[in-house]
Amino acid sequence: MKTLLVFEYRRGKLTEANLELFSFAAALGAQTAGVLIGAETLLPAYPGKLYLGDIVKCKDYNPEVHADIIMQAAQKEDPDYIVFIHSSYGWDLAPRVAARLKAAQVSEITGVSEGKFETGCCNGKMRRLVRPATTKAVLTIQEGAFCFTGEAEGTPAVEKLEPSADGAGLEFAGYEEPEKREVDLAKAEVIVSAGRGIGKKENVPAIAELAKSLKGELGASRPVVDAGWVDHNRQVGATGQIVSPKLYVACGISGAIQHLTGMRNSEFIVAVNKDKEAPISEVADVMVIADVMPFVAALTEKLKQ
Amino acid sequence: MKILVCIKQIPDMASKFKPNAANTWFTETDLAFRMNEYDEYAVEEAIKLKEKQGADPSDLVVLSVGPARVVEALKKALAMGCDRGVHIHDDESNLKDPWQIASLIAAYAKKENFDIIFTGMQSQDRGSGQVGVTLAGDLGCSCVTTAINFSLEAGVVTAKRELEGGAKGVVKLKLPAVVTCQLGLNTPRYPTLPNIMKARKKEIAVLKAAELSAEGPRAVTEKFYHPVKKGTGLVLEGEPAALAVKVLELIKEKTTVLRG
Repeated sequence: MKTLLVFEYRRGKLTEANLELFSFAAALGAQTAGVLIGAETLLPAYPGKLYLGDIVKCKDYNPEVHADIIMQAAQKEDPDYIVFIHSSYGWDLAPRVAARLKAAQVSEITGVSEGKFETGCCNGKMRRLVRPATTKAVLTIQEGAFCFTGEAEGTPAVEKLEPSADGAGLEFAGYEEPEKREVDLAKAEVIVSAGRGIGKKENVPAIAELAKSLKGELGASRPVVDAGWVDHNRQVGATGQIVSPKLYVACGISGAIQHLTGMRNSEFIVAVNKDKEAPISEVADVMVIADVMPFVAALTEKLKQ
Repeated sequence: MKILVCIKQIPDMASKFKPNAANTWFTETDLAFRMNEYDEYAVEEAIKLKEKQGADPSDLVVLSVGPARVVEALKKALAMGCDRGVHIHDDESNLKDPWQIASLIAAYAKKENFDIIFTGMQSQDRGSGQVGVTLAGDLGCSCVTTAINFSLEAGVVTAKRELEGGAKGVVKLKLPAVVTCQLGLNTPRYPTLPNIMKARKKEIAVLKAAELSAEGPRAVTEKFYHPVKKGTGLVLEGEPAALAVKVLELIKEKTTVLRG
């Protein structure tokens, strides 16, 4: 069995998640080759074949040109699986490669079982086991599901590829840096976060007060930030801040994967939710099944005593 | 300008999900359905674009694939401001893979020559994030995913993609194009009562899925199940005051945050 691993080069860096591609290939027991659209001076460490496209020539990031390079590598390697990380790069690019190959795509894989792939659904509450019905398949794996514990070492044997597509329908016009944050949640020892389950904007001050009583900072999940209840400075998650405080209290947060990615490394997690099955229970040390606001009020009061 | 917005109707995510008899998806008994949240942003962006066209007459079509119940989601989109609806009637849409769904939409859209197509970046229930990009490939038009900012000037779309850590990628696309929408792109409007009344008179054309595409699946769901409980956490239930006492004890015992 052969896999072609698609490494991600994001704004001048190789992402850490790239290492998880090796763990995934190991879980499959597959031989690996890789493809990278990046820079010759920054290569992933492994002792195999690496197809390399130049990030500048591939119009960093024009997906049609990137897909063309990956297809060239796929034609040379003839892999059973082409594997991406399920990131803004992977979920954008994988369906384009699958379409060119007329192959199955399985998104956001969390596990492997005898040629079938486990993937989350229903907002993380359920799982599906999916079998590709085509001879080749394109896969994206969930970041954090295949943790890499070994040492990355070795020097790949590089073969350079030149783009044969111009991707004319689309022009990449550059990156915008994240806005400067006034609150550095990464340094907080305690974070109390508000999720949609708090019900309304008027309930945010009570969550902030609990945070204050615990000498911590207010955090928030993405929907609460999108709704304008809490400033985006305080968003915890893959697209916000990645945090690991000593205590994380999640108030009315169901636990979408993008939020879990941002807080799962917290030392002690208390989650308050009405729904016992909410995916936040996967990471919570204590799951409090209750109406959020009465519990928050009671805990704040106890802390003040 | 011809605009298409593709929406999915999904169950309320706070529901309890039970596998169907074949163990391949959830049973719909006792579930309440609503418009996929990502698609609400797609509908809003499509309506905003239509409103900006001013004197230039535009045609904004909202499409959904699924059984009879999806008409409710179409009606909501019509009440928000779409001009007409297309219901691709398919009682087995939930068992189809993203490639099959994209093929159905493409079979319809190919005949209509839309200038721009909006859809959510993924559905909340299936979460594959494939249909929009696959549809674009099928139609041979360019595609941007995860848009959190959109504008259209002189036939060129400028979109900002949301990247990890709060950065954005700026992309320009020529029409025709497919845009998949991320949460936060805009503020989806609520349908007003007069618009709900007006929407009742708007047309919803029904097409039969079997007559549009007979593509087989590329990926098959073999099993649908609850995750193996990974959480080893303590579950507490009871009255708020008693819970607060217990939680406070645990915080004192397991963490150092209240010491000193």
